[in-house]
Amino acid sequence: MIKLLSGNEALALGAYHAGVRVATAYPGTPSTEILESLACYDDIHAEWSTNEKVAMEVALGASYAGARALVSMKQVGLNVASDPFMSASTTGVNGGLVVVSVDDPGIHSSQNEQDNRHYAKFAKVPMLEPSDSQEAYELVQYAFDISERFDTPVLVRLTTRIAHSKSVVKVAGSRSVPIHQPDFQPDVPKYVMLPVYARLRRPLMEERLTKLFSYTETFPFNRIMRGESRLGVVTSGVACQYAREVFPQASFLKLGMTYPLPQNLLRRFAAQVDRVIVIEELDPFLQENIQAMGIKVTGKEFIPRLGELTPDIIEEGCRSAGLLPKSSPRQVEPAPELPSRPPLLCAGCPYTGLFYVLSSIGQRAKLVKSKVKVTKKSKLIITGDIGCYTLATYPPLVAMDTCACMGAGIGQALGMEKAGVSNKVVAVIGDSTFLHSGITGLVNAVYNKGQITLIILDNHTTAMTGHQDHPGTGISAQGKETKAVELEQLVQGIGVSDVKVVDGFNLKALRASVRNSLNSPELSVIIVRGDCPVLVPTRAKPLVVDTEKCDQCSTCLLLGCPAIQTDDGQTYIDTALCVGDACNLCQQLCPQQAIGPQPEITA
Amino acid sequence: MGGQGIILASDIIVETALASGYDVKKTDTKGMARRGGSVVSHVRIARQVWSPLIKAGEVDILLALEKLEAARWAHYLRPGGITIVNNQALPPLSVILGYDQYPSDKEITDILKRRTDHVYFVDGARRAKELGNIRTLNIFMLGCASLFAPFKVHIWKESISQRLPPRIRQININAFDKGRKEIQGIHLKEGSSKI
Repeated sequence: MIKLLSGNEALALGAYHAGVRVATAYPGTPSTEILESLACYDDIHAEWSTNEKVAMEVALGASYAGARALVSMKQVGLNVASDPFMSASTTGVNGGLVVVSVDDPGIHSSQNEQDNRHYAKFAKVPMLEPSDSQEAYELVQYAFDISERFDTPVLVRLTTRIAHSKSVVKVAGSRSVPIHQPDFQPDVPKYVMLPVYARLRRPLMEERLTKLFSYTETFPFNRIMRGESRLGVVTSGVACQYAREVFPQASFLKLGMTYPLPQNLLRRFAAQVDRVIVIEELDPFLQENIQAMGIKVTGKEFIPRLGELTPDIIEEGCRSAGLLPKSSPRQVEPAPELPSRPPLLCAGCPYTGLFYVLSSIGQRAKLVKSKVKVTKKSKLIITGDIGCYTLATYPPLVAMDTCACMGAGIGQALGMEKAGVSNKVVAVIGDSTFLHSGITGLVNAVYNKGQITLIILDNHTTAMTGHQDHPGTGISAQGKETKAVELEQLVQGIGVSDVKVVDGFNLKALRASVRNSLNSPELSVIIVRGDCPVLVPTRAKPLVVDTEKCDQCSTCLLLGCPAIQTDDGQTYIDTALCVGDACNLCQQLCPQQAIGPQPEITA
Repeated sequence: MGGQGIILASDIIVETALASGYDVKKTDTKGMARRGGSVVSHVRIARQVWSPLIKAGEVDILLALEKLEAARWAHYLRPGGITIVNNQALPPLSVILGYDQYPSDKEITDILKRRTDHVYFVDGARRAKELGNIRTLNIFMLGCASLFAPFKVHIWKESISQRLPPRIRQININAFDKGRKEIQGIHLKEGSSKI
């Protein structure tokens, strides 16, 4: 059967066909679609876990019980899951355990750029890297077999370009499930990592690595493709595809298992060609490991080590290294100085009002001759976190000072306070992020006598990654009704007595509660609630600007709402974008009361 | 721009290409794009495709649903390639706030004409509204592009139909036809200009 599938879809289908029984994940671009695809199957358990650490632990438990399990995440997700990941490498597995890491070279939507291939070497586990959707489909199936055969978790590593590119895949008709019934067999020295037992596992890990070093030599996806002997290219992942277009005549060693690396195969290849180069994205992972074998290669001397690779970038680098003839300049420079188009909070977002209030209390932006100017003041320190709301960093709201990683805002706020800053400190976090890793930060702040204000933004979804459910929504990844976490009760249980719930669309109430919390000596929590307009689209009456009353003061522009636009100096509201009077922040804000629902047109 | 249905449009292109017997790869730059950022899809069609990304200077057809975005990607066009631009400006917030200037029509045309003479501006948004739904803009634009692609009309229409729920199929087929007629109307004989 032929299908057009993205890398994520193909990997999910491959895992399903390989008999996976338990799949876990926390949403994270560019990996989210893997679990979304697996959740469509009724005969397996696919869950959104609270965070990647829990996801890894659930998958590990399933594996110990003899079931094939898969956990997927974006690159930084593996940082969160690294504790159980490293332990899984020590204990080994029972049912195959596949860990999928989808890295984000070029930082399309992440807080950093990191090359997770290092994790494989660090954890001493084998790693497979598909170079297109077909390989994603096939390699994940090999991964389960390798996991069971060598008693190890297996890292399958993709990048954004593989995950989100669609290509043609030939797939099997159906799923083949392993024959054994999942059943946990007690094996204390294997599963209980007291020092005495962990010490016994260490030499087993080294033995397993030795066996894998032999296995990788004949792994079917490590292939020499003979071309001209002038140049040999070692490559893996999506870089393979670009390299084949840049050097259609060269000889290639295309690697599908990139840890451990096949030493003998590499030596044989190097002997067949005059010169060996490595074309890889991000770190010189392949290059340094190959050089450590004593094989002479170059790569990062002319291929960039940061950002995403493209065929153009590779060509340019190879030209500068003398590997390609210098051609006449093709004049492919982009047009200079075009306005950029950063993503924004949507029209009707329940968080816009809150950030406007923080921005104005913090005096972070002001109107100068009806133009919005950022003040660069910090009357208020706003420690932020990861989600749609991070977009409030941009002008005109400029309402965020930090964003490091999931849940970090709360700890950072306490850290600022304990360091002795004179400004008031506010931490903002979304509902899904809070459940992911904010709870521990709040417990810490209460326990360590913080006075910060914590604002939990609750739109009842994990929005930025595509509106997935989470433990606060009461619906599971597979659409089943379940218990929903009650944020107010949770926060009170942690020991916070000053907890307020405020409507995200009521500017007056938002301002009052924020001022109240800032002035209180106690730690306080404000839960700002409202529906996400993408998830709950409303068909309310659109708002319009009464041009008679409007004096072009531009106050409404301070909201940063994409529906509010200007044409020749006159402010107007784009009715295609405005969600209508379900959100009427601009109406509440306008000093001239020039904004209101579209008047009825009487015939 | 995010939200205009670019990914659906490029999905339809690849399915049409596959049904017509080609190998195809496509890649979308999305992520936060639904929040009004820039969205771009690369679609590569050939007997065999390796890279999902198109090299700068090798785009045969640049289909732009917004003018600024057309200018942004103009340098990817093959000299003499074809560009079809929806004649609509959706200024980014930086322009509305006064930090940036939206390029003038002349500036945009100049940027495109540096690469090719085959520049077609179409009133896509207006045509889509005439049909009854602005959301048919993306399929209208596919209709425009279809004149330059080696795929049969009925295969295009099959792909479109398969991708859309029944209640909006007909309006989108109409949009496709309207797009084709629009370009045909711009002094082009059908079938005379292929890739």
